[in-house]
Amino acid sequence: MILVFAESKDGKFKKNAFEIALLGSQLAKERNQDCAAVVLGDHHQPSELSGYGISKIYHVNNSALNDFDDFAYRDVIAGLANELGANTVLLSHTALGKALAGRLSVRLEAACISAVKGFENTGGQLRWVKPVFSGKAFAHYEAVAEKSVVSLIPNSLSVTKAEVSPEVEEKDVEFNKSKVELVERNVVTGKVPLPEAERVVSAGRGMKGPENWDIIEELAEALNATTACSRPVADSEWRPHHEHVGQTGIAIRPNLYIAIGISGAIQHLAGVNNSKVIVVINKDSEAPFFKAADYGVCADLFDVVPKLTEAVKRFKADNG
Amino acid sequence: MNILVCVSKTPDTTAKIDFTADNKEYNEKGKQFIMNPYDEWYALVRAIELKEANGGEVTVINAGPASNDPILRKGLAIGADKAVRIDVDSRDSYHNAFQIAAYAKGKNYDLIVAGKETIDFNGSIFGSMLAELMELPFISYSSKLEYKDGTATVHRDVEGGVEIVKVSPPFVLSAAKGLAEQRIPNMRGIMMAKRKPLEVVEAVEAGERTRIQEFELPEDKGAVKMVDPEDMDELVRLLHEEAKVI
Ligand SMILES: Cc1cc2nc3c(=O)[nH]c(=O)nc-3n(C[C@H](O)[C@H](O)[C@H](O)COP(=O)(O)OP(=O)(O)OC[C@H]3O[C@@H](n4cnc5c(N)ncnc54)[C@H](O)[C@@H]3O)c2cc1C
Ligand SMILES: Nc1ncnc2c1ncn2[C@@H]1O[C@H](COP(=O)(O)O)[C@@H](O)[C@H]1O
Repeated sequence: MILVFAESKDGKFKKNAFEIALLGSQLAKERNQDCAAVVLGDHHQPSELSGYGISKIYHVNNSALNDFDDFAYRDVIAGLANELGANTVLLSHTALGKALAGRLSVRLEAACISAVKGFENTGGQLRWVKPVFSGKAFAHYEAVAEKSVVSLIPNSLSVTKAEVSPEVEEKDVEFNKSKVELVERNVVTGKVPLPEAERVVSAGRGMKGPENWDIIEELAEALNATTACSRPVADSEWRPHHEHVGQTGIAIRPNLYIAIGISGAIQHLAGVNNSKVIVVINKDSEAPFFKAADYGVCADLFDVVPKLTEAVKRFKADNG
Repeated sequence: MNILVCVSKTPDTTAKIDFTADNKEYNEKGKQFIMNPYDEWYALVRAIELKEANGGEVTVINAGPASNDPILRKGLAIGADKAVRIDVDSRDSYHNAFQIAAYAKGKNYDLIVAGKETIDFNGSIFGSMLAELMELPFISYSSKLEYKDGTATVHRDVEGGVEIVKVSPPFVLSAAKGLAEQRIPNMRGIMMAKRKPLEVVEAVEAGERTRIQEFELPEDKGAVKMVDPEDMDELVRLLHEEAKVI
């Protein structure tokens, strides 16, 4: 049995919940096993996971689980995994998953393989493929324990719907709470968070100052993209810290990454080189970023970015 | 405050990434190794600042072979009071966390700090494993920590912002950028480090739970396609028709 933990926020599934359900069902097919999902806290529509190959959804409908608490989540997920005899627990490598995966694996006496992008089956042996060295290589991991806890990097799979209607079972599982008290949450709302964004428009020191960011935001808006920045930009407080991508910032893997006025230092690339398509706009034809790019435009960004925004708008107008 | 700082050794951020001929191990030949940046810049420095403000002692600890001693010496030069190395070939995050938990249990540390991840294997699971093994609260990816009257107020990085939490020691924390400002060891620190104790302790029996069967390098990207800056419609067309991303 495979158990996936589907994250939700304000009673709705996060995008990565559908991805982890899909990974669970792919693995279940590969191994000829069942895959169940667990959903925690108040939820409007747990059956929404239907269509992702899940045979059963367990909903622990307790508002004390609305906010993440690593003790409580550990107790509930481990308790359910043990009750069901699950040998694999899958979660997303999000802020929550990073705080929970290790703890959960210790509780379950399971191998813990974090931040994978998928699995492969080599002659009956399951291997998890994980980017290492900040995306500069991949390692193929095997579990040397009967059970595994595995976390998947968001945006690793493209989610498509299938037709299944699993049962939702309301479930009571006992739990303790940790002694960490949440006092405030300061997060931007209404924007796709960077780790989940499919399109990202990112800018660096070439922008000269924070007052020039309008052109970046306009391009991002036209593309329905999330904005990001290089480290010196965040360090100088031109942009908020949570937009900083790279080795010391966050690692992302969007379908499209547009880097504007960023030189392409190795530490920056470490966070973005798993993007599917990279476009680089830089006035220096020798900028190292061009070597990592799929498409390049060598020009002054103040000229070319507004033109690109106009072209995107024209395209959208023509293509509905 | 008595603080334990877990430090690991990683290839330098600019080191070339290549592997032994059988693709089973990282090729260490001719490579420069450093203290994992999150451990050095943020975890250790914030620990030293807390000690400076509240008294107590900072211990740096590593689970690894004797060739890791320079990392611990650097920790001492930056300002830790003592160093401990658990003499073992470090294997996976679980194995490391198990060794350190075995050492730390019963020693009443107020705070145990790790880095958010190592820059080689990018696990980001050690801290929560250690917390579970020690039965302590855990705060991940912390970018700010204030300590007053026995309570810590901590910022933890989450998607699109931060969460602010309160917790009382003892607890485990993993350090992210922002927690402190990097300190460069000075001559005096380096000299003093020579006189500070570096204790070597025996490992305990523990298995690893994961194994790397093979490494692989990503496929080379084809050459970049340059687009005429005067023709952004062409770029949009390529992104739509060729790359299929818009
Ligand atoms: C251990 C370590 C970790 C690090 N982690 C990170 C990290 O996580 N993320 C990160 O980003 N950096 C990180 N860095 C810093 C990194 O090495 C670089 O210094 C940084 O990425 C450079 O930022 P930048 O490209 O915005 O600025 P610069 O290097 O100054 O580049 C600006 C670019 O803009 C171009 N430009 C200027 N004006 C224009 C114009 N008008 N039109 C078009 N192009 C223009 C220039 O040609 C240049 O290529 C780290 C460094 C270290 C040592
Ligand atoms: N061998 C080790 N000895 C001491 N601490 C370690 C060791 N390996 C990892 N750590 C700590 O665990 C953190 C995260 O490691 P990981 O979860 O494996 O990416 C590092 O930043 C260190 O603080």
